[in-house]
Amino acid sequence: MSKRIEVNDLDVYYGDFKAVEGVTLTVEPRSVTAFIGPSGCGKSTFLRTLNRMHEVIPGARVDGEVLIDGSNLYGPGVDPVLVRRQVGMVFQRPNPFPTMSIRENVLAGVRLNNRKMAKSEADDLVEKSLQGANLWNEVKDRLDRPGSGLSGGQQQRLCIARAIAVSPDVLLMDEPCSALDPISTLAIEDLIEQLKNDYTIVIVTHNMQQASRVSDRTAFFNIAGTGKPGKLIEFDDTDVIFSNPKVQATEDYVSGKFG
Amino acid sequence: MTSAPARPARITAKKRLGDRLFSGGATTAGALILAMLAAVASFLVLQGVPAVTADPRDMSILAGHENFWTYVWPLIFGTLWSAALALLMAVPLSIGIALFISHYAPRRIAQGLGYIIDLLAAVPSVVFGLWGANTLAPAVQPFYTWLNDNLGWFPLFSGQVSGTGRTILTASIVLAVMVLPIITALCREIFMQTPVLHEEAALALGATRWEMIRMTVLPFGRSGIISATMLGLGRALGETMAVAMVLSSAGVVTFQVLTSTNPSTIAANIALSFPEAYGLNVNVLIATGLMLFAITLVVNSIARWVVNRRKEFSGAN
Ligand SMILES: Nc1ncnc2c1ncn2[C@@H]1O[C@H](COP(=O)(O)OP(=O)(O)OP(=O)(O)O)[C@@H](O)[C@H]1O
Ligand SMILES: [Mg+2]
Repeated sequence: MSKRIEVNDLDVYYGDFKAVEGVTLTVEPRSVTAFIGPSGCGKSTFLRTLNRMHEVIPGARVDGEVLIDGSNLYGPGVDPVLVRRQVGMVFQRPNPFPTMSIRENVLAGVRLNNRKMAKSEADDLVEKSLQGANLWNEVKDRLDRPGSGLSGGQQQRLCIARAIAVSPDVLLMDEPCSALDPISTLAIEDLIEQLKNDYTIVIVTHNMQQASRVSDRTAFFNIAGTGKPGKLIEFDDTDVIFSNPKVQATEDYVSGKFG
Repeated sequence: MTSAPARPARITAKKRLGDRLFSGGATTAGALILAMLAAVASFLVLQGVPAVTADPRDMSILAGHENFWTYVWPLIFGTLWSAALALLMAVPLSIGIALFISHYAPRRIAQGLGYIIDLLAAVPSVVFGLWGANTLAPAVQPFYTWLNDNLGWFPLFSGQVSGTGRTILTASIVLAVMVLPIITALCREIFMQTPVLHEEAALALGATRWEMIRMTVLPFGRSGIISATMLGLGRALGETMAVAMVLSSAGVVTFQVLTSTNPSTIAANIALSFPEAYGLNVNVLIATGLMLFAITLVVNSIARWVVNRRKEFSGAN
């Protein structure tokens, strides 16, 4: 299920504004890759190009190639809807559908694929996905309650369950723990550790410890100044980035020295 | 325990002048609307009761009817039936237009379209009445004949087709055009309020645009759509001039929509009968007005109930 992502010389624009410039990197299957960097350097923007969510914003476009197992996401005739079914996403703020129950939330993606499911099959999938997201024990007695009635951490895990229920090849996470307490954060980090066995995971984080705890490879992005595009500065194994980076800016950033 | 613990004094927030003025003003406004409602209701009840209690033979308007109820029943039916037909046409169309404006159209077209819709709302109902009676009715008449010839087996289209086109269906089309702008404008506002966060959640799961709308925009706007529909319904139930001018009525109860014998509506009937009414006949008309008032109340309560039934899934938290 898990796939390799190769990005070749990608520029990302919002209208005339170039937000990210010249990114080239490769994400290995069954690994966790972390994106770190100062606020505004384009981590979220870049992440959203990996499942073609970027172009949802009016005027937004990209220039370059993103290959998933060799096929270009931005090739002619590629349907963004199908790309998004292959590449799941978890957002910074938990966003379960408030008009659906917990169960319906988990099944939302599967229902889209127009698959008619027997009830027992759906039940199994709900249980499997919620267990995969470490949420099953907490919600198994209230699957028919609204998803918005959960705590923030539970909602975020519900979103993860929703994303993995469709068995994507790749899972993108944009600061999935930034609204969570340390215990929920640890729960999600453990979860990422397990999910790594089946999925290619890319995670954006501002938390250095988190990056060093969960990721195998780390990409450091930086920005030269306001109005300038963000760039990929260094991309290497996580322990190299945190212990022995090749670029001075990376060293300054991971050690908390700026300017 | 020997003595009850002293209850701690309730801490009250300090009252500031602005707060006091504002809460006073809001309370007054709220009370005023209640008082107005009570005044209207009591007027209707006081003036309407004599029509029900008096001997029907004393009221010329009831000639040919056993009592007040057999007189008002076709009117109630006509009011509900024409409004229902109008909403049946207007609501899906309004939702479609609103969705087009909020989620499909390029910004420039969306603005122009919104402007046209607002303009439509400003057209007085007499104008719609003239248009309905003089232009729309003759224009749709051949189509009615066709419907009657080909789909006459369907109960709604059966019967002797009207030669003028001034049927309840035409009146309902006029009503639909009249309620369309308000429903569209409200729905558009509501659809644009859908949180981007949830729209993106749907898209990221691989929803097409229509699926995204079905998953987020429509459920999110559900209570708003119902409220908008109720406002439209209120207007359709109470519309007077347009119906009075378009409809050729015969005081019958029938679901056939293409014939020239149609039920009238309460409001149109009041407008048409009022100029010649005297004595107790006026009370009869006021009593029919009371019925309209009651219908509106009931319909709105049902709508409230529908909205509240799934409140916890409304997304308002
Ligand atoms: N919808 C948008 N329209 C126009 N410009 C945008 C939009 N979203 C982001 N930008 C700009 O793109 C640049 C990169 O933003 P992005 O959100 O990707 O940064 P980020 O690295 O994720 O920051 P953070 O760590 O604060 O989340 C910023 O200069 C931002 O102002
Ligand atoms: Mg971001």
